[in-house]
Amino acid sequence: MKELILIFISTFLINNFVLSYFLGICPFLGVSGKIESALGMGMAVTFVMTIASSLSWLIYHLILAKFNLLFLEYVVFILVIASLVQIVEMFMRKYSPALYQSLGIYLPLITTNCAILGAALFMVTRNYSFLETAMFGFSGGLGFLLVLMIMAGIREELNYADIPKPFQGAALTIITAGLLALTFMGFSGLISA
Amino acid sequence: MKEIVKGLWKEHPVFRQLLGMCPTLAVTTSAINGVSMGLAVVFVLIFSSTAVSLIKKIVPPQVRIAVYTIIIAAFVTIVDIFFKAYFPQISKALGPYLPLIIVNCIILGRCEAFASKHGIFASIRDGLGMGAGFCWGLLLLGSIRELFGAGSIFGLRILPLNYEPMIAMILPAGAFLVLGFLVAGMNKIER
Repeated sequence: MKELILIFISTFLINNFVLSYFLGICPFLGVSGKIESALGMGMAVTFVMTIASSLSWLIYHLILAKFNLLFLEYVVFILVIASLVQIVEMFMRKYSPALYQSLGIYLPLITTNCAILGAALFMVTRNYSFLETAMFGFSGGLGFLLVLMIMAGIREELNYADIPKPFQGAALTIITAGLLALTFMGFSGLISA
Repeated sequence: MKEIVKGLWKEHPVFRQLLGMCPTLAVTTSAINGVSMGLAVVFVLIFSSTAVSLIKKIVPPQVRIAVYTIIIAAFVTIVDIFFKAYFPQISKALGPYLPLIIVNCIILGRCEAFASKHGIFASIRDGLGMGAGFCWGLLLLGSIRELFGAGSIFGLRILPLNYEPMIAMILPAGAFLVLGFLVAGMNKIER
């Protein structure tokens, strides 16, 4: 239990997927314009990431490792993610149209979100158990949601600021992310590694 | 020629299109890491562009993205095994960011936007240009970060020994800040 809590805190705040592993930067820059869409994207990512990393764990340990097929790791992981996203999308459209309305448009984008594949790869290199993997995926997704929301909040305010021309758009967003990353470094004292 | 040159400046993948951000930011703690990542991307980009351009007529449009992704994953696996065998040090430094080339939007983006609509040779030239652009972008970012963060470039000491390294430049925050200013500088020059 203690390990799980440690994984949660370290993935959620200290080693945040976006700010310290640079995973999921593309949607981070693309979808962080409005708080609403940031919330939708963040929730979709959390959802898919938890399931995708757990499923990858099962396949990696029960199939690939057993039959000595580890060189297929990457191909299999990306297949798992792509098909999972498809299934989630179909399932959502059928059983929860309301949820599909709010998350639906973000789902196809998730396949190429490197945070999902990154979570699966980290789970292998760090030898996580099944529960730890599920926790890792979940807290990683929540961390992504948190940073995306903060960023969207800042950017909504920035719309009213007088920004020098060359910095308008992506440049300022990236610099803001840098300042956020500096701020998040303050969390690193929470757990003594 | 046009296909090669546009990737180097006008449609620079990193500074103008903001594609492939994850590896750009993550592995550029030093110049050598940046260049190795750049070369790996060039290889994957050229070969997957060729493959996509070859099979563009047989792939049904509904599943094309999935097919492209699997092609890319296959080439990335080759590069990964190659690095592990011949450059274990660099392979360790790049860590999970080497396999993450699979979801690098530059590659999928070029396959989708260019290779699936053009012939083989045009696609190879496009891949070469974009890859080269990506390479110099990473080299520049890696050099700046290594220079200020460790006082050296490619491990060669440039700044005097009594220079106090700015650790933040090697940390994630530095990556964002340097890239942000580079993008702004590029905007300034272009306008």
